[in-house]
Amino acid sequence: MPRLPRLLGMAALCACLSMRILAAEAAAEPAGRLNTIAPDFTRTDLLGRPLRLDQFRGRIVLLNFWATWCGPCIEEIPVFSRWQRQYGDAGLQVIGISMDDDEAAVKRFLAKHGVPYPILMGDAKLGESFGGVFGLPQSFLIDAHGTIVFRSVGEPNIEALRSQIKGLIGIH
Amino acid sequence: MRLLVNTTVLAFCIGTVCIFGAVAVGAESVPASSIPTADLLQPASFAATLQSNSGPQPLVLQVGFRKLFDEAHIVAAEYAGPSDDSAGLAVLRERVAKLPKDSPIVIYCGCCPWGKCPNIGTAFSALRALGFRNVKALYIAHDFGTEWIEKGYPVTKGG
Repeated sequence: MPRLPRLLGMAALCACLSMRILAAEAAAEPAGRLNTIAPDFTRTDLLGRPLRLDQFRGRIVLLNFWATWCGPCIEEIPVFSRWQRQYGDAGLQVIGISMDDDEAAVKRFLAKHGVPYPILMGDAKLGESFGGVFGLPQSFLIDAHGTIVFRSVGEPNIEALRSQIKGLIGIH
Repeated sequence: MRLLVNTTVLAFCIGTVCIFGAVAVGAESVPASSIPTADLLQPASFAATLQSNSGPQPLVLQVGFRKLFDEAHIVAAEYAGPSDDSAGLAVLRERVAKLPKDSPIVIYCGCCPWGKCPNIGTAFSALRALGFRNVKALYIAHDFGTEWIEKGYPVTKGG
């Protein structure tokens, strides 16, 4: 009979260890799916236009996850707008994915600040498909073949990002 | 003289009502930098606490945004945000309404770099204003992904 408490104790220990291992596995996500093909998605942008990521194959896509409550994101938007105007004809396509919970707040923002590229609403599923968007801003640079070649998280190094873009579209 | 005293008292009352009212409805954003260093928790030490399984665990509240919580959150964390608006603050207040004032509570956000977070300072301030004495804020310098998930600390996926 003294064996029973010992067996129960061992079972409890095993259960605890299993839970720890599961938690660690769940945490060990690759960071941002770099050097893999960007996952395709289809959404409707906030102007009601259907948008599919793969329709931009052959162009350089700057996919920017942002939100109206995110200070650094708001600072980036005028820069990305300028790049869209400046490099759009050379093959750059910026796409903004808002992670706001409130779509109305995004529409109010866009009405106030003209943004010359499509904006659509993101969600947890879309974030997960890109390896997890757990903080903002976060941007992915996707080459003409659809491969994610650069990832920027947090306050961006704008010059590094611009340099990558210019390299991909062949402007020096 | 009496007019001057009355005006001063009136101005003081209006000022007081405005300050407390602003925090009460979430109209005033409180910067993260206002949280005393002694009330900050470092991710590594908090992860160790969560994994230790010894003693009672604190109530862990994510005071940020729903979509980020739905992707992944700290094991056992509950959603109670966002604290940058009055509706989010109401969720936070309701969650703690029946708790003893000495309950251990850990709040975190990680939506943005610490100095730009719109939620954590306001949530901390609101809990302190409610009388909670044992509140700690998880210091996430960069973002939740970098400071917690990529370090392999325990998370739960999904909302």
